[in-house]
Amino acid sequence: MKKLFKILLPTIFLLGLWQGLIIIFDLPHYMLPQPKDVFLQLINQYDLLLEHTQTTLLEIILGIILGCFFGLSSAFALLYFKKIEKYLLPILVISQAIPVFAIAPLLVLWFGYGLASKIVMTVIIIYFPITSACYDGLKNTPKQWLDLAHTYKLTPLQTLFKVRFKASLPSLASGLKIAVCIAPIGAVIGEWVGSSKGLGYLMLHANARMQIDLMFSALFILIILTLSIYFLTDYLTKKFIPWASHLH
Amino acid sequence: MNNNFIAQIQNLNLDFKAKPLFKNLNFNILENKNTALLGSSGVGKSTLLRCIANLERETITSGEITLKENTNIAWLSQENSLYPWLSILDNVQLFYHLKGCKTKKTLQKAKEILDQVNMSKHLDKKTYELSGGQKQRVALARTLMQDSNLILMDEPFSALDAITKIQLQDLTCDLLKDKTVVLVTHDPQEAIKLANHIYILENQPVSIKEVASLEGNLPHQLSNEKLWNLQEELISKLKESNL
Repeated sequence: MKKLFKILLPTIFLLGLWQGLIIIFDLPHYMLPQPKDVFLQLINQYDLLLEHTQTTLLEIILGIILGCFFGLSSAFALLYFKKIEKYLLPILVISQAIPVFAIAPLLVLWFGYGLASKIVMTVIIIYFPITSACYDGLKNTPKQWLDLAHTYKLTPLQTLFKVRFKASLPSLASGLKIAVCIAPIGAVIGEWVGSSKGLGYLMLHANARMQIDLMFSALFILIILTLSIYFLTDYLTKKFIPWASHLH
Repeated sequence: MNNNFIAQIQNLNLDFKAKPLFKNLNFNILENKNTALLGSSGVGKSTLLRCIANLERETITSGEITLKENTNIAWLSQENSLYPWLSILDNVQLFYHLKGCKTKKTLQKAKEILDQVNMSKHLDKKTYELSGGQKQRVALARTLMQDSNLILMDEPFSALDAITKIQLQDLTCDLLKDKTVVLVTHDPQEAIKLANHIYILENQPVSIKEVASLEGNLPHQLSNEKLWNLQEELISKLKESNL
């Protein structure tokens, strides 16, 4: 009940603020639609919104899976091939310095208008937080846990997967929670630059036709989607890494 | 190798922060005896223990550490050496768990050992729900499970409250009486209580001196006047080495 209240209260406050702004500043419909109009669009355009939501959700999920795969692989490589660390680490940082908005048109050119370019963009956006969080966790495995592995004469590979990787899970979980929040940005930017499906595409399309209430309903779904993925990730990490909060 | 020794350290050289910590250090560990390495913080006691456990192979510059044939080492460190993602039983069977060779037999043995360390009532708990003393009991059970003949203990009781410390010291003596134990500590009382041979480490590069050789069953009780005086002597020696 308390939890529900915690969610309901800010929602009611935001809706009130939204409606209040429209009344106070006498904003026209094409600038800021009323919450009830957006809600009506959610009901009336249910099929259309569902179709585009499925596309965006697929891009986000595939992007997260692939981003995790590449991020974890890079973190393992950084840890075990010390010589490449000094070359790979600056590249990683540089990759984050290039805004994904700037390379989005190129990615659409290279990977086409379909799912691939959006997935690549999502992967690029979440690759760094995953790699960095996992690498930090692997590197900072408590010495006493590694000492035990050494005295048991574990091979480097056994130490990596049975000790270091497990020890890195709390750090990886933090990185993953950041990654799932920013993953939709990659997918939506990709859809803005070039696509024929997805919530980003629908928002552009609706904006061009002055269907601002539809645009807001797509935005609303995107927010709900991001929040759902975040809370699911948070729930799963707490369920599968319950010891993380007891480490220090 | 001399038959009385379980481990021999010869001409060990190791640098720490560009200064020699060990310079041609020689030291032997007697088999089936408890040895205490005493010294002030940062003198190099733990590093020496880590060298014996082969945990400093990348930092040793030269020298030889020879273990007697068929010597198996078990390592017991300070608090927080349990893997929090594993259950208590899996932590006790850690060696078998990590090597992927857990069996019903090892599970049964783990339960028996946990019973010996008075932890059988806590099997359902997560490791992070245990107190510091309970964690060390589980760590002790894990050490026993390995059935090693050389037990290296790096200040295993230093983070515990006084009562828990005494209980665990007594339990350790009881359960490890047939083993060779090397204990690193900065507490003279603990050294006297748990060891047959007490060495003090001092200076840099480290020099190592035997300061007491004690007979009788372990744990030694400090109610004995001779041992009480020895404690005073060790404290003043530690003070001198700290100056």
